[in-house]
Amino acid sequence: MSFLQHDVPISWYLFLSAVLFSLGVVGFLIKRNLITVFMSIELMLNAVNLSFVAFAYQWHEVRGQIFVFFVMMVAAAEAAVGLAIIIAVFRARSTLAVDRIDLMKL
Amino acid sequence: MNESAHLWLIPLFPFLGFLLNGILGSRLPRRLVSAIGVLAPLVSLVVVLGDFGATVISAASSCPTCGQVTALALPASESLSYPWLAIGALHVDFTFVLDQLSAVMLLVVTGVGFLIHVYSVGYMKDEPGYARYFSFLNLFLFFMSVLVLAGNFLLMFVGWEGVGLASYLLIGFYFSRTSAADAGKKAFIVNRIGDFGFLIGIFLVLTTFSTLSFSKIAALLAVSPDWHGPVLTVICLCLLVGAAGKSAQLPLYVWLPDAMEGPTPVSALIHAATMVTAGVYMIARTHLLFDRSPVALWTVAIVGAATALFAATIGLVQNDIKRVLAYSTISQLGYMFMACGVAAYSAAIFHLVMHAFFKALLFLAAGSVIHAMGGEQDLRRMGGLRTKMPVTFWTMTAAVVAIAGFPPFAGFFSKDPILYAAFLQGTGGKLLWLVGLITALLTSFYMFRLWYLAFFGEPRSEVKHHHSTQLSMLVPLVILGILSVCGGWIGIERFSAYLAPVAAAHRPLPTGNPFLEAILSIVAVLVALEGWLIADKYYRRKPERPAAIAAALPTGYKVLLNKYYVDEIYGALIVKPLLAFSKFGLGGVDILLAGVAWLFAGIASITGMILQRWQSGNLRSYAAWLAAGAAAVLIFVLLSNGWLHLGFAVGWKGWPLR
Amino acid sequence: MHLILFFLFAGFCLAGAINLLLQTHPINSALSLIVVMTSLAVLYLLLGAEFLAIAQIIVYSGAVMVLFTFVVMLLNAGREERTLGSRAASRIGFPAVVALFAVLATILLHAQGLGSAHLGEGLSNAPGQSNLVLLSQVLFHELLLPFEVTSVLILIAILGAVAIAHVEGSKIAGSERTAEK
Repeated sequence: MSFLQHDVPISWYLFLSAVLFSLGVVGFLIKRNLITVFMSIELMLNAVNLSFVAFAYQWHEVRGQIFVFFVMMVAAAEAAVGLAIIIAVFRARSTLAVDRIDLMKL
Repeated sequence: MNESAHLWLIPLFPFLGFLLNGILGSRLPRRLVSAIGVLAPLVSLVVVLGDFGATVISAASSCPTCGQVTALALPASESLSYPWLAIGALHVDFTFVLDQLSAVMLLVVTGVGFLIHVYSVGYMKDEPGYARYFSFLNLFLFFMSVLVLAGNFLLMFVGWEGVGLASYLLIGFYFSRTSAADAGKKAFIVNRIGDFGFLIGIFLVLTTFSTLSFSKIAALLAVSPDWHGPVLTVICLCLLVGAAGKSAQLPLYVWLPDAMEGPTPVSALIHAATMVTAGVYMIARTHLLFDRSPVALWTVAIVGAATALFAATIGLVQNDIKRVLAYSTISQLGYMFMACGVAAYSAAIFHLVMHAFFKALLFLAAGSVIHAMGGEQDLRRMGGLRTKMPVTFWTMTAAVVAIAGFPPFAGFFSKDPILYAAFLQGTGGKLLWLVGLITALLTSFYMFRLWYLAFFGEPRSEVKHHHSTQLSMLVPLVILGILSVCGGWIGIERFSAYLAPVAAAHRPLPTGNPFLEAILSIVAVLVALEGWLIADKYYRRKPERPAAIAAALPTGYKVLLNKYYVDEIYGALIVKPLLAFSKFGLGGVDILLAGVAWLFAGIASITGMILQRWQSGNLRSYAAWLAAGAAAVLIFVLLSNGWLHLGFAVGWKGWPLR
Repeated sequence: MHLILFFLFAGFCLAGAINLLLQTHPINSALSLIVVMTSLAVLYLLLGAEFLAIAQIIVYSGAVMVLFTFVVMLLNAGREERTLGSRAASRIGFPAVVALFAVLATILLHAQGLGSAHLGEGLSNAPGQSNLVLLSQVLFHELLLPFEVTSVLILIAILGAVAIAHVEGSKIAGSERTAEK
C-alpha cells in the first residue's frame, strides 16, 4: 500500500526530538530523586542526538553523525563523574531527595 | 614710551613672596622668611618710586619756568593691557593703569606697607605661624596693588575681594581664639554685603556703558557732558554701598572694631592705612560718575559726616587702646567720605595719605606699648610709660598731635581743606562743617585721653619687658613720626594740582576767599586745643573726675560703652531671623536628604529581600529558573532573527502530511 | 514499512519517556530509559546511521545505563518521598517548558526545505560507501586531534570518578584483609 511505502518527513523526527527534550526538562523539574533527575538529563542529551542525526540525513553531512559520536563520548564521561558525585552526596547527606540537599557545602 | 611693561612687577613680587612663604615658609629659617617677606614690598616700592619720580620729573620738565608741578603735559597714564574676557559684547582686559592717583595710592600702600613689614619682623618674632603671617601680608599687598592699579571695574573687584580675603585670613590669624575666628568671619560677611552693592553697581555700569574700563567710561561721559540721569544716581549709590562696606561707614562699620583681634601690625596696615581706604580710592577713581549725581554726592557726604560723629562718640569711653584707635579710624574715614561728598576729591586723597602716616604710627606705637606690657590692652591698667619707652612716647605724641589737627603737623594740612570745602556748599554744607568741627573736638579729646592714660600718671601695672624695644620696631616708628610731622608740608594746592587730571571735580566748585579759609582754620585749631585742655583736665589733673561723670550719667555712659548696642540690634534684627530661617531651611533639606537616603536604602533592602528568596539552595527551583532562562533566551534570539512570528497561533496549519 | 517502524519505535520512545516521569522508584525509571535508548537506536538505523545505532546500544544502553542501575542498587535508593516540593518548579518551570516546546514546535512546523527520509538510503552523497567508511574518513583524518583528546577526557573522567567516590580510611580494604586472614 502506498501508505506503508510513504516516507517519513524529517520534521517528524525533529518533532519527536522536541517532545523528548521537553519531557526531559519536565522530568528534570518534577522528579525528586537525584538519580532520576540525572536520568532526565540523559534523556535530553539523547533527544538532541536524534535531531543531529536527522539533520545529518537531511543535509547529507556526516559531520552531524560525528557530533553525535562526540556527544556520546562526553555524555558517558559525564555520567561516570556525575554518578560518583551522587555517591559522594549520598554519603554526606544520607538522602537522595533533591529538596533535602539544599546547602552548598557538603 | 613703552615703560609700562614693568607695571606688572609691582604686584608680582608680593605674589611671589606669598607663594614662597606660604608653601615653603615653615621649612625655611626665620631669617630667610623675613627677608622674603620684607624684600617683596621693598622691590614694589622701588618700582613705584621710579614711576612716581618719572611722572614728577616729566611734569617739572614740561614747565620749567613755573615753579609748580603742572599737569598739562604729563602722560595721562601708563597702561599695560592684556586680553582677558571676550564674551559676546563684553570685553574686559587685564589693564593696569598708573596715573597720578594710583601712583600716590601705591606710594602709600608700598611705602607704609614696607615699613610695617619691617616692624612685623620684630613684633612677630616670638609668634608661631611666622611664615604664614608674612605670606598673608604679602598676599594682601598683591591684591591691594591689583586693586589700585586696576584699569577697569572687574579687575578692581578682583583686588577688592582679594583684600577682603587677606583681611579675613589676617584677622583670624590667631585662629585658635574663638573671638578672632568670629571676628574674621564677621569682617568677611559684612564686607560681602558691601560687595553685593558693588556688584550691582558694576552690572548697572555694564548695561549703561557697555564697558567696564575706566578710561572708556570717561570718554563716553566726556562725549555727553549734560547727562544726569537717574541711572547714574543708582549706580553711584550701589558703589557707595560697596565703599561703605569696605571702608567701615554706617551701617557697615561693625566689623572694624572686632578686627582688632588680629595682630597689631595687621591693624596698622590693613585697617588703618590701606584696605579701609580702598572705598575712598574707589570713589575718587569713579568720581566722574559721582560728579553727575548730586543726590549720590550728598548721600556720601551725609554718610561720612554721620559716621565721623557717631564713631567719635563711641571712641570717647572705650577702654581698649586698639578699640579707641579703631573708632578713630572709622571717624577719619568718615571725614574722607565727607570730602568726597563735597567733591573735594584731592582733599580726600590728601587726608588719606596723611591719615595713613599717623594712624599707622599710632597703631604701631600702640603695638609697641602692648608688647612692652606683655599683651595688656586695657588703658585703665597702663600708665607712666613716658619714662620707660621714650621713643614710643615721642613718636606717639607726634601722631596724636597730628591727628588732632595742630599745625604744623600733617593732620592740620589735610583736615582743614575738607572742612573748608564743606563750608562752601551752602546751608547743608555749613551743617556738615559743624558736624566735622564737633568731631574734631571729640577726636582731639579722646586721642589725648588715650595719651594721658597710657603715658602719664602712676603706673597702674607692671611693665613686663623692660628691655628697650628692638630696632626693627623702632625705626619704622621714627620714620612714620617724621612723616607725620612733615608730611603735610607738601600743601594741598600742589597736591590738588598734581592730581588734577584724574581727580578734578566735573563741575566748578564754589570759590571762597583765603580770608574765610584762614578764619575757619583758626576756629578748627582752637577747637582742637579745647579738646586737649578738656582731656588734660580730666585725665591728668583730676583723674578721679571721669568716673564721677560716668556715675552721674549712667545710661549715657553705658550706651556709649556698648557702642550704642548696634551689634546687639543687628543680631536681633538680622542675624537671628537669618539663623532661624536657615535652621528651618536646613531642617527641610535634612528631611529631604534623609528621605532620599531612606528611599534608596529602602529600595536596596527591598530588592535584597526579594532577591534573597532566589538563593534558596533548592536545586529544583534553580532548575526551574534555568529552564525559564533558556526558554527566554531562545525566544529572544528567534524573535530577533525573525524566525518566530508572534502570530503563530493564527497561522498554524496542522500536521504537514503529504 | 518505514512509516510503521517509525511509528512503532517512536511510540516506544515516548512511552518510555513518559514512564520515566511517572514512575516513583528510580530503578523503574532506569529501565524505561533503557527502552528509550534502544528505540532511539532503531530510529538511527532508519535514518541511515548504522554505526551510531550500534554505538548507542553499546555505549548508552550497555554502559551508561548499567552504571545508573549499579548506582541505584548500590545506594539502595527507595521510592521517592513526598517532599516539600518547590513552588518555583511548578510555577515557573512548567510555563518555561511549555514555552520551550511551543517555540520548538513552531519552528519545526514552519520549517521550509525539509525533506523526507527514505529507508535504506543513508548519506547518499557518496554512493557505494558505507556510513562507517565515511565516518572514519572524517574522524581519523580531520578530527584526529579531538578524537584523541576525547580519549584523554574519558581517562580524566575515570580518574575523577574514582577520586570522588573513594572512601577515606578505606574500610572496604580493611574488611578484605580481615576476610583474607
